This record gives sequence, structure tokens and C-alpha cells, in this order.
Amino acid sequence: MQAQASFTPKWHDVCDIDDLVTNSGVCALVEDQQVALFLTGGEEGKQIFAISNWDPVGQANVLYRGILGTISTDIVVASPLYKEHYVLETGKCVERNDVSVAVFPVRVDSQRVLVQL
Amino acid sequence: MTLSSQAQRIVIVGNGMVGHHFVEQLVNSGQSCDITVLSGESRLAYDRVYLSSYFSGKTAQDLALTDAKTYQDWGVNAVTDAWVTEINPEGKQVITKTGDVYHYDKLVLSTGSYPFVPPIPGNDKPHCLVYRTIDDLEAISASAAQSRVGVVVGGGLLGLEAANALKQAGLETHVVEFAPQLMAVQLDLPGGDMLRGKIESLGVQVHTQKATTEIVDGEQCRYRMNFGDDTYLETDLILFSAGIRPSDQLGRLTGLALGERGGIVINNQCQTSDPDIYAIGECALWQNRIFGLVAPGYAMARAAVAHLTGQQGEFAGADMSTKLKLMGVEVGSIGDAHARTPGALVYTYHNQPEGVYKKLVIDAAREKVIGAVLVGDTSDYDVLLQYALNGIALPQMPESLILPTGGEAPSLGADALGDSATICSCHNVSKGDIVGAIDAGCCSLGKVKSSTKASTGCGGCTALLKNVVDSELEKRGVEVSKAICEHFNYTRQELYHLIQVEEIHTFDELLVKHGTGMGCDICKPAAASVFASVWNDYILTREHQPLQDTNDTYLGNMQKDGTYSVVPRVAGGEITPDKLILLGDVAKRYHLYTKITGGQRIDLFGARVEQLPAIWEELVAGGFETGHAYAKALRTVKSCVGSTWCRYGVQDSVTKAIDLENRYKGLRAPHKIKFAVSGCTRECAEAQSKDIGIIATEKGWNLYVCGNGGMKPRHGDLFATDLNDTTLQKYIDRILMFYAKTADRLQRTSVWMENLEGGLSYLQDVIINDCLGIGEELEAQMQRITDSYQCEWKTTIESPDALKRFRQFVNSDAADSNIQFVAERDQIRPATRAEKRTEKAIPVEIV
Ligand code: SRM
Ligand SMILES: Cc1cc2nc3c(=O)[nH]c(=O)nc-3n(C[C@H](O)[C@H](O)[C@H](O)COP(=O)(O)OP(=O)(O)OC[C@H]3O[C@@H](n4cnc5c(N)ncnc54)[C@H](O)[C@@H]3O)c2cc1C
Ligand code: SF4
Ligand code: FES
Repeated sequence: MQAQASFTPKWHDVCDIDDLVTNSGVCALVEDQQVALFLTGGEEGKQIFAISNWDPVGQANVLYRGILGTISTDIVVASPLYKEHYVLETGKCVERNDVSVAVFPVRVDSQRVLVQL
Repeated sequence: MTLSSQAQRIVIVGNGMVGHHFVEQLVNSGQSCDITVLSGESRLAYDRVYLSSYFSGKTAQDLALTDAKTYQDWGVNAVTDAWVTEINPEGKQVITKTGDVYHYDKLVLSTGSYPFVPPIPGNDKPHCLVYRTIDDLEAISASAAQSRVGVVVGGGLLGLEAANALKQAGLETHVVEFAPQLMAVQLDLPGGDMLRGKIESLGVQVHTQKATTEIVDGEQCRYRMNFGDDTYLETDLILFSAGIRPSDQLGRLTGLALGERGGIVINNQCQTSDPDIYAIGECALWQNRIFGLVAPGYAMARAAVAHLTGQQGEFAGADMSTKLKLMGVEVGSIGDAHARTPGALVYTYHNQPEGVYKKLVIDAAREKVIGAVLVGDTSDYDVLLQYALNGIALPQMPESLILPTGGEAPSLGADALGDSATICSCHNVSKGDIVGAIDAGCCSLGKVKSSTKASTGCGGCTALLKNVVDSELEKRGVEVSKAICEHFNYTRQELYHLIQVEEIHTFDELLVKHGTGMGCDICKPAAASVFASVWNDYILTREHQPLQDTNDTYLGNMQKDGTYSVVPRVAGGEITPDKLILLGDVAKRYHLYTKITGGQRIDLFGARVEQLPAIWEELVAGGFETGHAYAKALRTVKSCVGSTWCRYGVQDSVTKAIDLENRYKGLRAPHKIKFAVSGCTRECAEAQSKDIGIIATEKGWNLYVCGNGGMKPRHGDLFATDLNDTTLQKYIDRILMFYAKTADRLQRTSVWMENLEGGLSYLQDVIINDCLGIGEELEAQMQRITDSYQCEWKTTIESPDALKRFRQFVNSDAADSNIQFVAERDQIRPATRAEKRTEKAIPVEIV
């Protein structure tokens, strides 16, 4: 992890917007990092989020297979293993303050989904 | 390591279980301090409680509670082989045996205890050992490898664990005890005798009332132990387990106050007589007591952290009741097990044939439980403990608390529990903590959960927590919302009605009409289950798929490493040799672990998400269907072999089981549903423990309903007798549909029945007498579901759109590199974290 400082984050083209599933998740492999991508289609319009796919509690690469939802105004994903919720915007775990997951910037450019890391 | 000058320097001596818990709590407290851990052993903290599992194959790594990397990530400076020999309280320094000096602002002693070796001449011979550390275990293993006979000196709790270890190491094992009985601290004489009988029948020889006078060279074995009564015993290995003594040497040297019989004196904040030095765990003496268990030590660690970080919380003593399994024998001891309290009265239940002994001790005023002993069956332990800890008033017939008949041991409602009652054992949350959280403004279950952490561990306490929260909120005049979650102000039953009456087919429609927000992992699967019960559409359509739990989404049960299990339906448990061969072939081809389930079918484990379609394609081609093991739906209909083969069978239970399984397969419900059919009253299919149980009679079938195995077993109620085939099916149709319509989410039929006003007789009235006039509608609804059945796996492998979901990555065909297996008993199993680190694991094979 120390070496991270020498990296300049890059935008990576990962998939087509149609590869995402509305109100659900898929996973992309970006330079050995598993990135869970979620597409929400709430009243406020569509949003895309990218977080690490690693479930720090269950210790497995499964977060993209969780159910999406809201806890008051936060959009969250529930881990399919032990059901902790992670806020998609910040990566914070709702139930535990000792764990969180990485979040990555994401954008769409002419139908392609790009993730920065 | 960052060394900020203001950060408080905290040094912890001893990295046992309690010392480690202290570090963990301190790190979690978020307080920035400069933490140094000095471990006297050559390794960091490990799980001493499970030490014995080393002999059943666990490694030192499996037992580890932490590792250097974790401490490093936490910013903790951890040093091993750092035995502290001196404290300089004036200069605030500790000095290790190698002369290293560490400065502290606050010092924490968590030095635990050491095994007491009785002063018997010869006790220092090479194969005389003790049982406390991993190094001890290594010495025992090495010695056992050159020994045939082993003796444990001491028949207490740890002595018996040690005996078990020797037995597992393959030695002829003896236990020598000075007292007249085993586990004299926790058990009374009859209890000790019962335990002795059981342990002897497992091949461990017990010698009580033996005082060892010397250990000399033996004739048949390495050593001979001579006893005070002129008898002797020959052995190759001697393991002393005659009690523990607090490791208080540092306290003694430093001039800290000690107890008369040792132990470093502490106050409620766990400070010693030097306010900058804390002592926690087994080295500490609180109100003249040493606590030789981990839980009290953890409580001390939390109290010390609270004090150091200026939070509230103090150590208030701890209960020493214990429940354990020794060599497979259940033993429990609560409070005043010996009935030593003046005026104490005793009830006993002694069942020699079954090997069960139970004693209940009550106070002189006959008002409450003050102690108990349980040997051979500890199923009453939890309830008795609540009675004892919380001074709950005795029931009318106190003996009912330990008598087996009736099975109706009074279960405890939320209000009967006292404030100290533990609700969540994972996070050590008491009822008082919950009441406190509610008083501090948490006015919903969710808020209580996130503020106290209750019910965020194993989840076993969910129902009890909800009970307590509901009852407390009601007491405060809050109308308890029966709403399913924050997105819908309706119960599951109300949603069912809305969906059916307004003909709602999708979640979006439901949300727009009746809900708020985006929904969540509670309401989405619940709605999906109702859609399935009412409309029975394919569950992986674009609209339905995001609602499903991962198990339903991938039509398999997710395992701990993110792989899935594959469970094809084997209706009634009947399977042809060809199908068995196909299962074997598929398992071999995809390197899957194979196991017979408790539901009479075969489970194939370890399939990666991208392998599932190919596996199922082969299975479906071979005539298999999905077994819905992942769904809240009909699971299995177990059968016994019945009249076709069995000389006692009175009906063909196999055919009946297969027919029923085929009729109800695919029925989605609030929770899973299990059936069984037995061919005669001997009940080999265990039908009375199922949601629907059927037992053949000379004249037809007896129907039992709402049984449950699992966490809280319940015998099914006899619903109707001597039914013919048609009536049997009619009743089951109606019962299941009525259940699907009216039960709460995740409510098994057993709990549903218990909450049904009017209970069994009401249900009989609805189903048999059709008192609500809905009988025919229920049957018609069931018929629709049966008629619209489809094998979800067959539909899925034929649908390119659905298949797109079965891959780990949208942009790569790679497999998840974290999924790694190792070989065990000629099959695969998931690699442990330690194995993954050491790269012993077999890398995933791409099939
Ligand atoms: C595979 C199996 C164990 C085995 O190797 O034998 C099993 C495995 C699981 N059981 Fe079970 N149960 C299995 C038979 C049972 C039985 C025995 C039976 O059915 O006769 C019971 C007791 C009977 C009963 O249900 O009343 C049983 C009572 C439970 C319970 C407790 C239910 C309760 O009401 O208390 C759970 C937890 C739950 O459902 O909430 C559970 C949950 C689970 C889960 C889903 C836990 C999980 O979330 O991972 C396991 C996943 C299964 C998988 O990955 O395929 N399993 N489980 C058995 C599969 C049977 C099958 O062929 O479908
Ligand atoms: C076989 C076995 C089974 C058990 N089963 C149970 C059970 O089922 N339930 C239960 O509640 N409890 C059980 N216990 C007891 C439980 O393990 C202890 O209560 C617990 O480990 C106490 O933790 P501790 O941190 O106080 O002491 P320890 O775990 O003993 O840790 C103290 C550490 O401090 C080190 N140390 C001592 N002096 C110094 C020094 N001067 N300098 C540096 N380091 C030093 C020691 O080497 C040791 O590593 C069992 C114990 C054993 C041995
Ligand atoms: S009892 Fe059931 S849920 Fe528990 S470990 Fe076994 S299979 Fe899993
Ligand atoms: S007991 Fe509460 S989560 Fe395990």
C-alpha cells in the first residue's frame, strides 16, 4: 500500500452502459482491483456508483451481488453474506465504524463507463 | 509508526486473550494513542479457549487472534519474546529480560496466569508437562508421540479438556483427582458421578481421591506415580492441570497491592494501587476474586479502555456460570451449584438410563433460582441462567424448569428479563443497554441496532431484540409500527392484499403507489416473495431480478467464499443409479465438493458464479430440476422407504412424498417449507418435526402441521387423522396458501401458528370447517401455482438475457482469484485465510 503515492490515478474504460443492470450490480476487473458497479434508477434520475467488490467482513469478493436500497437518504448496498450496509457514496459501513470499502470516481463518456483508479 | 508528541503512551504487558481485547477496544475507541504491546510468548495473541482444538487438527495459525500485519495496520507496536522483568513506576518505564526499556504514561498488566504444579517429588521429570500455551501443546505432542499411556493430574474443567487432548493424541488416558469427584467447583457429587460414568464409557479412566506422593521410574512405562493409599499407576506422560495461579510477579516486585493468596488488586476502573497502572484478566483480583474465564476479562478490558478514554463504564463483577461440552458430554453449572446458601432448597432429576442429571437450587423464600447443575443435557441452561441472573419469579411448579415432560419449559418474554440480561452475546449487549439506547432517543429497531450493535453479529438474537425493543417502545406509549421497513408503512400481509387486489405485478409499481425511497434488502425480497406466491412469474425477469436475495438471483446458496452450492431436486429422496452417476460425473468434472444433505439429497459445493450455467445445463439435460435450496420455498419432502419394502409399512410413503413434492415444488412462501412422510408410526422420516408431516395409518394418513427443527424445535400438532388422498391434498393446499397469505416475512409455520390467534383450533376451523369461506379460493390459487410451475434453472439456461448475470466480471473472463481451495479427505474445501497467505492453496482451475 505504501507504493500508492507514486501512482497517478487513471481513467479506465471498463464496459458499455448497457452492461450495467438497473437497480443492481455488476463487477469489473480493473488492474487486479475488483470494482462493483451499481446503476440506480431512482426518482432523481439515474446514478452510477463504483466501490470495491471486497466484503471486508465476509472476506470475499461479493459486494456486487448485494441488494440495493436506501437508508433514509443514503443509497446503500447490503452485503449478500452478512448483510452489513455500505453507503455507495462514501464506502462507509452503516453498522460498524471499524470497516469501510474503497470508492472510485466513475463517469460515462459516449455510452462507455469509465472508472478512475 | 507515527510518534506524535501529545499522544498518550500506553504499554500493555502480556498479549493473551484479554490483553489483545484491550488493544482492539482501544483502537476501536478512535482515541489516538501510542500503543506498545509486549508479548512474553514467541507469538501474538491466540485463542486459548480453543487450545484443545490443536489436537483435532487446528494449527497455531488457525488459533491466532491477530497477526503482525493487523497490529501494524492499527499502528500498534507489537514486540514478541518481550518478557518484562521490571517496572520502574517513578520513571514510568518497563524493562524486558533483554534489557529493552519502554516508557509509558499508562501501563496495563494483562499477564494472565500460570499452571500450578503441585510440589510432588519428581514433578520436574522431562515428560511432566502443563497445558496453557501453544508451546506447551507442542511439547505435549512431541511427548505423546513417544508415549503409550498418559495421566492428567486434576479432574477439573481444564483437566478434563487436557484428558480429551491426550485421548485424541491416541494415548491410553487416565485422570487422577484428589477430590472425591470430577469438576468439584462446578458440580455436586451426583453430577460429578454422572459425568464420571460418561467419561469412563468414552475410555478415559478416572481415579478419584488419589493423592500423588511421588513420581519415580516405572517398570512397564516411563514413570510410576505412587499414591497416598499405597496404590500406584504407571504412565509415560504426566500432565499437570491442578489449578492456575495469577501471574502477579511484576505487581509483587513493583510493590502494587496484592491479595492474600495472590492476584493484583484492582478497583472498578481496573486500576491497581498505582493509578497509572491497570491490571486486567486473570492476573487481576477484584473484590477478592479472580475470574478464570475470558468474558469477565473482556469486561475488565472494556472498563479499562473506558476509563483511559474518559468514557463511562466500569467493571461490576461477572457471572461465573458455565456451559460446555467435554468430550461430547454436555455440562452446565449456574450460580450456587452446591446449594451452600443457607436455607437453599433443591429439586433434582436423575435419569440414569439416559445419562441425564439436573439439579435446580432455589432460595429459602422459594422465590427465585439461585443455582443449577446440568449434566448430559444443557438445553435448559439459557432459561435457567436468565432466571438466576435476573431474579425472575419462579413459575408455579419450579420443577417444570428441569423436568423433561411437556417440553413446555416456560420460555421467557421480553418483560420477564432484567436489565442485566444479555440479549446479544456477539456484541455483549444487555437489555439495560437497549433500554438506555431507547431512552437516549433511538426510537426504532434500526436505530437501536446501529447504536448498540445488537443483532449485527450472528443474527441469532434478532427475534429477541425485536421483542425487547417493541415492548419497551410500547411501554413509552410509542405505537409500535408493524411496518415491514422504512419504505412501506404496511405489514407483509397488507402488502399481499394490496398486490393481489390491485393486481400489482412489479416492485416499481408497488413503490410508486404505496411506498417511499428506493426500497431495501428487507422489502424487496419480501415483495418478490409475494409476487411469486400470487403470480408465480419467472423470478429473474429484468423487473424481478434486482429484488432477489443473492441466493435467488444466482439460483444457488452463496457460501462463505462467494462460491455457490448446487442442489438438484431429488423428490422424496428417491434417486436412480444413473442420476447418481451423473451427479458424480458433474462433481468430478467441475471439481466440486460433494455431500449428502440433511434433507435427503446431494449438495455440490464450490461452484463459481460463472460455472453455474454449464453445470446446470448438464444436470437439466440429465433430467434434474432445481431443488430450490436457495429459496424461501418448498425444500424437500423426506420419506421413509414405506410399505413397498419395509415389513412394517402400512402405506406407500415414497410415492406419497414424490407426489407431494411435485405438487408443491416452486411454491414461494414467507419462509422455507419442509415436509416428510412416514410409512408407519415408527416415524423414520421424522415427519413431526416438519412444517407438514404425514404419517401413514391403516386407514389413510395422519396430518401434522407446523413442526420445526432448527433453532427452536417444535413438534407438529396433530391436525386431522385417517385422511384419504384427496382430503389430504385439499387440506395441505389450503394450509399452505393461507400461510403464504397471512404470515409475516421470514416466519416459519411454527412461529406463525404460535402467533395465530386461536391457534390450532382456529386453523382447523378455517381449513376443515371453512369458517372464512375462502377454502375454494385457496385451493384454486394453489392449483394456479402448480400449473404455472417452471424449473427456474431450465428457464435460465434458455434465456441469454438471464445468463449474462452469471459472470464475475463484465469486462473479463478471469475468475475471482480470492477463491482458492485446498484438499481434504480427497475433496476440495475453501482455503483458510492463513492458507491463502502461505499460498498452500490449489489455485482455481478454470473448467
Ligand atoms: C445443506 C444443509 C446442511 C447439510 O449439509 O445437510 C443445510 C444448509 C443450510 N441451512 Fe439448513 N441445511 C440443511 C438442512 C436443514 C435441516 C434438516 C432438514 O431439512 O431435515 C434443518 C432443520 C429442519 C427445519 O428447517 O426445521 C435446517 C435448519 C436450518 C435453519 C433453521 C431454521 C429454523 O426454523 O430454525 C437455517 C436458518 C434459516 O433458515 O434462517 C438454515 C440455513 C441453512 C443455510 C441456508 C445457511 C446459509 O445461509 O448458508 C445453509 C445453506 C445451504 C447450502 O448452501 O446449500 N437451516 N437445515 C441441508 C440442506 C437440506 C436440503 O437438501 O435442502
Ligand atoms: C485449555 C484451556 C481451556 C480454556 N477454556 C475456557 C473456556 O471454555 N471458557 C473461558 O471463559 N475460559 C477458558 N479458559 C481460560 C481462558 O483462556 C483465560 O481466562 C484467558 O485466556 C485469560 O486471558 P488473559 O489475557 O488474562 O491471560 P493469558 O491468556 O494467560 O495471557 C497472558 C499472557 O501474558 C504473558 N505474560 C505473563 N507475564 C508476562 C511478562 N512478565 N511479560 C510479558 N508477557 C507476560 C503470558 O505469556 C501470556 O501470553 C481456558 C484456558 C485453557 C488453558
Ligand atoms: S447447521 Fe446448517 S446453517 Fe449451521 S453450519 Fe450446518 S449447514 Fe450451515
Ligand atoms: S447474538 Fe446477537 S448477533 Fe449474535
